[in-house]
Parts: sequence; structure tokens; C-alpha cells
Amino acid sequence: MAALGFHNVTLGYDRHPAVHHLKGEIVPGALVAVIGPNGAGKSTLLRGIVGILKPLAGSIHLGGIDQRDIAYLPQTADIDRSFPISVFDFVGTGLWRGIGLFGGIGKAARERILRAIAAVGLNGFENRPIGTLSGGQMQRVLFARVLLQDAALIVLDEPFNAIDSKTTADLLALVTRWHGEGRTVLAALHDMEMVRAHFPQTLLLARGPVAWGATAEVLTAENLMVAMRMCEAFDDSAAACADDDERSQAA
Amino acid sequence: MYDALIGPFTEFEFMRRALAAVIALSLAGAPIGVFLMLRRMSLVGDAMAHAILPGAAIGFLLSGLNLFAMTAGGLIAGFAVAILAGVVARSTGLKEDASLATFYLASLALGVTIVSIKGTNIDLLHVLFGNILAMDDQTLLVVAFNATVTLLVLAVIYRPLVIESVDPLFLRTVSRAGGPAHLAFLALVVINLVNGFQALGTLLAVGLMIMPAGIARFWSRDLTAMISIAVIAAGVSGYAGLVLSFQTRIPSGPAIILVATAFYVVSVLFGSVGGLVRQMFPGRHLEA
Repeated sequence: MAALGFHNVTLGYDRHPAVHHLKGEIVPGALVAVIGPNGAGKSTLLRGIVGILKPLAGSIHLGGIDQRDIAYLPQTADIDRSFPISVFDFVGTGLWRGIGLFGGIGKAARERILRAIAAVGLNGFENRPIGTLSGGQMQRVLFARVLLQDAALIVLDEPFNAIDSKTTADLLALVTRWHGEGRTVLAALHDMEMVRAHFPQTLLLARGPVAWGATAEVLTAENLMVAMRMCEAFDDSAAACADDDERSQAA
Repeated sequence: MYDALIGPFTEFEFMRRALAAVIALSLAGAPIGVFLMLRRMSLVGDAMAHAILPGAAIGFLLSGLNLFAMTAGGLIAGFAVAILAGVVARSTGLKEDASLATFYLASLALGVTIVSIKGTNIDLLHVLFGNILAMDDQTLLVVAFNATVTLLVLAVIYRPLVIESVDPLFLRTVSRAGGPAHLAFLALVVINLVNGFQALGTLLAVGLMIMPAGIARFWSRDLTAMISIAVIAAGVSGYAGLVLSFQTRIPSGPAIILVATAFYVVSVLFGSVGGLVRQMFPGRHLEA
């Protein structure tokens, strides 16, 4: 059974498609990079997968897991960094699925939280308010929370933006570790070198899928050119999409 | 000393009642105020407080200074304005604060009009500024009951409320508790405003919620500590305000808020977290 199935799915805003007629499957345990120019619909696709955005048409099937079992690391993390919460408590929210509204955080849970914080290299930061962290440290905290969520499907939206190379390497090691543990990982990325080196599979998106498959076959100069030419702007006077079959495997 | 600070309360029953009411208001209102502040909704609280007025005024019009009529009216009006402002904002693209400002100005004008149709200027003063010294047992029980409900509900929604304040998107991906928690929180705001309204009137009702929160912000970076400090600041302001009011004949509501203001000024100046003096003389920079 596929970890993720896209059934002719169209996602967008105000009836304008940002991801147009996407079909395909992602097998369990795959490590997939989602790449494409700005405005190609990468974030939109990921938002659709985690259920924040409802499809305009078609559907996305999660292979037997609940929507709440997905760990999602958003791009512009809408996080209020001025809120007085410690790194320990913030990372601890990753345990929500296990403890919910009232569950206590016992000794074992405290251990897990501390191990997650240690795993991202933030020992000693437990009691720091999140407002005092640097951008890279905050990204490490978010990764620690994803670690605790212990999810079968992990969705990362441009997780290495504006992050220095040391932090990137550390966090990339975590991604590789998740892959090794058999989790399905999707990451929206911009760094082609990184994609080539670490991600076996790639989905090249330009509103519709330009190419999808083994990374080496997807990342050809030709495909990238096609993706680049994609028109970014919505056409306000566009007619309703007449057809649901012909254009499905566009480009 | 004893005569000034404790005497009034042992001697007069209305002072004891007022003190009990102030403590109840502090216990429930201050934590709500901390969340209002942290969610950048301080002025929303203020606006909602005014919105309660016409409801309470209609209650007053129908049955005089009757506690239950005014409380019920206030609750209904508060919820109605909260929901209407949200609907207008969502369906027209007007920002929620602008839409709320319109509603509360209209409510305030309407409320004052309604009260003056039937009541005297004394009634109007009572509605606008409250009269904690005139509290009867019934009112006190209602205030205490509302405070108890507030603390219980807050305990239930505490975790989702905190997560929703820090990272709403995350909460949406792991749980559906965010929306209900937000609504329950708004309900608690209204309940506590109605509560404060009994003691401090519509214009100052939000005072014992927001000001202690503002004070607490200058003394701690930890949520639990902030809530504790806010509760203590509210309680002490209430007590000192009552004493001040008793000794000087300043009306009780304004006296309480003035004491809180004094604490606030001291906190802004000398607070250990971002206080002005601390900023001006931070001491030598550290090694690492």
C-alpha cells in the first residue's frame, strides 16, 4: 500500500490551482525531494498533504495513517517566538499524540524530550525561552519536536533555508536517520547539490508535475528548463478547467 | 497601622465582602489577562468590556439594578458582539480590530443612552464605574461562582491554549482542539468582564485583567511565574485600593486601578525583565 496517493489532485487558493492535476504514489519509506521554482506549488502540495488545505478537486490518500500522525515542519513557521515558553516545553508539545489534553509528562517522557533535545545538539538549552534562540537553533528545536512526534510520514517545507552549513549537515543527518528507520520523508528543497547527494527520489513541480522519479533522471537540464518557464501569475480571467483527464500528466 | 490596614475589614462587613470579591476577581481574571496580553488581544478585551454595556443596560431597564438580569444581558451582548465582529471581519475583509472598535463604540453609546432613559446619573456612574463596596451576598456568590468556573475551564483548555498561542499551525496538524479552545477562551473573557463589571463597571472591568498581566511581563519570562505574579499583583492592588478608598474617599474602582497603575509604573522602571533602569544600567557584558 502506498504511503501517499495523489488521485488527480488539484490544490489552490480562490479556485486558482497552485498544484494542477497531480497523480501518483509515494511508496512507504521513500525519501522524496520536492523541487521547483518559487510559486511552483511545493508548499501548497505539502499543506494539502497535512490537511491544512483542502483540495479543490481530486483527493490525497494517506496509506492507512491518520492525518494527525504526520509530522509537519512548516516554512515560515507561524511561531510566536515572544511567547514565554522554554525549549523543553516547546519540544515536549511533540508528544501531543501520546498525552493529549491531560496526559502527564512522566519520567520516561522527560527522558525522551531530553534525548530529542540532545539529538539536535542543544544540550543545556532546555530552560532557555525560545525567544532567545538564533534562527538555526530554532530550526534545531523544530527538528527535535518532529523527532518526538515519532511519525510514519514526515513533511518538511524548505527546512534548510537560511541555515548555516554545520546546522544543515546536522539536521540532514537526522533526515537520513529517519529514512533509515523506514519513515516516509518528503522535503521541499532548493539546493540541487543536496538533492543529488541525499535524496533518492525527486518530484519536480511547476504547478503540474514536470518529472517524477529517480533523482538522476529527474534533474536533467531539459526538465529544469521546462520548470523554469512555468508562468507564475494566476490568470484572473481564466476559464474553469474544462477537463480532468487530458491535462492530467501535463508537460 | 493595624487600624489603617486591617481595621476596616474587621469592622465593616461591606469591606470584607469587597475584599472577597477582589480576591475572586484576581484569581480568575489575572490568568485570563496574561493570555489576552500574550495573544496580543489586550485591546480586544477592552473593546469587549464596552460591548457588554448595552446588554447590562437593557437588563437594568427591564428590572432595575437586578444582578441576574444585568449579568445575563451582559453575557448575551458580549457574545453577540464577539461573534458579530468576527463575522463582519471574515466576510468583508475589514480587520477584526477595526470591526471590533466600531462595535464597541456603538455599544457604549447605546448602553449609556439606554441607562439614561430610565436611570439617574448615579445609576449611570454605577454602571460605568461599578461599586464594589455595595456588593450584596448574592452578587458576591455570582462573582465567586464565575471565578470558579473560569479556573476549571482554564485548566481544561490550558494545554491547547498555550500551544495555539505559540504555534497555531502545529496544533492544527495534530489536533482539532484549537478552535474549541479559542472559543472557550473568548467565553472566559466575556464571563470575567461581566464579573469585573459587577465590581469595577464597564469602563474599568478589564483593568484587573490586563494591568496585572502587564506588570507580570516585567518580572518573568516564564508563563507559570507570570500567571502567579499577575494574580498576586491583582490581589494586592485590590486590597490596597480598598484601603486607599476607605481612607481617602476616592471611589473604590478607580482607587484599585490607580494602585495597579502605580505597580505598573514601578515595574516599567525597575522590572527585572526589560525594565527601563535595567536597560540603562545593564552592568558589564558577560564572558559568553
